[in-house]
Amino acid sequence: MNERQATDTRWVTCVTRIRDERDQTAFARLFAHFAPRVKAFLMKSGADAALAEECAQEVMATVWRKAHLFDPERASVATWIFTIARNRRIDALRKQRHPEPEDLTWGPEHEPDQAETLALQQESEQLGRALQALPEAQRVLIERAYFGELSHREIAAETGLPLGTIKSRIRLALERLRQEMT
Amino acid sequence: MTTPIIHHLTDDLLMAHASGSLPEAFGLVVATHVSLCDECRARLAGYEAVGGAVLEDADPGVAMAEDSLAATLRLIADMPEEARIAAPEPAAPVFPMPLRDYVGGDADTVQWRALGGGVRQAVLPTARDATVRLLYIPAGMAMPDHGHGGMELTLVLQGAFEDAGGRYGRGDVEVAGEDLDHTPVAAPGPDCICLAATDAPLKFHGLLPRLAQPFIGI
Ligand SMILES: [Zn+2]
Ligand SMILES: [Zn+2]
Repeated sequence: MNERQATDTRWVTCVTRIRDERDQTAFARLFAHFAPRVKAFLMKSGADAALAEECAQEVMATVWRKAHLFDPERASVATWIFTIARNRRIDALRKQRHPEPEDLTWGPEHEPDQAETLALQQESEQLGRALQALPEAQRVLIERAYFGELSHREIAAETGLPLGTIKSRIRLALERLRQEMT
Repeated sequence: MTTPIIHHLTDDLLMAHASGSLPEAFGLVVATHVSLCDECRARLAGYEAVGGAVLEDADPGVAMAEDSLAATLRLIADMPEEARIAAPEPAAPVFPMPLRDYVGGDADTVQWRALGGGVRQAVLPTARDATVRLLYIPAGMAMPDHGHGGMELTLVLQGAFEDAGGRYGRGDVEVAGEDLDHTPVAAPGPDCICLAATDAPLKFHGLLPRLAQPFIGI
């Protein structure tokens, strides 16, 4: 297990501790890593430093409040925090809502499967490495899309992103969830 | 999930939704389709994972304010506990959750406006860069032949419609652009209800619909 993988599963443990024990030490660790990144993300999306600071604090507070909704079999902690930050950005900068799909949640007694969780965190890490390995121009274009700088017309259908394995991993988790629901 | 979904969202729509660059009206159609379609749910989650990677690589050179952790903990202390009990679900909803959110209920609560010929519509409140409406089309009724000034997304929620692109049943979504002219016809069976978003007016070819356009507002 390399360093980044170990880190990704450690973030999952932090969120679980926040959910189960309201653990402020775990929260402080998440905060130290993610809050500056959320702030930088919001500034690159066009927020000034004061607004980005305020929104980053709100995003991290939402992480605490919604810890019970995080599903480590379907997303990494970075991905989950990204979606919270994206929605906050749309609300704060565009005064719009971001319609979210209906939640599919495991039953209350469901314990996340360790192997599935680890596999998903690994896929996320591989995707991150693949993104860094893209040619500079293409990587910059994708970053600009995620900073909200491109309209949907400017986003090319063929991005060349290697999404195959992470998609089928998530698809498998959804199939198991559907089986559990019926 | 009775009949399999054949017509899905495109990659550029899913990536635009994941990155938060889609107009709200299109976002509602995407979120509603994804609620019915595990295939597109997994694809969308893949594009959100790219967002996670972009966030992870965001410049850590930006620092938070000195007292920001303490300020955030105060924010948390002031927040009401998240209610963990969801609102009661309708028994067999026609509309998935994101759409019920905008309508204020399921299909039986829509405030329809008659357009003539039994066709009804209800425009939903969103930001104005694109519009989204529910359309109710009696079985067998043809919509006027038209082209598109921009993009049109049409998602079927009940019944079905057919055009040159094929048959669209519950959960199917048609992505139409400027290069497509079509005459959707509601299929026999239950009346067709669909959710349609556009970012430019449709171009009607017949005289009558052209006269009607200002009233319909499509
Ligand atoms: Zn689909
Ligand atoms: Zn059309």
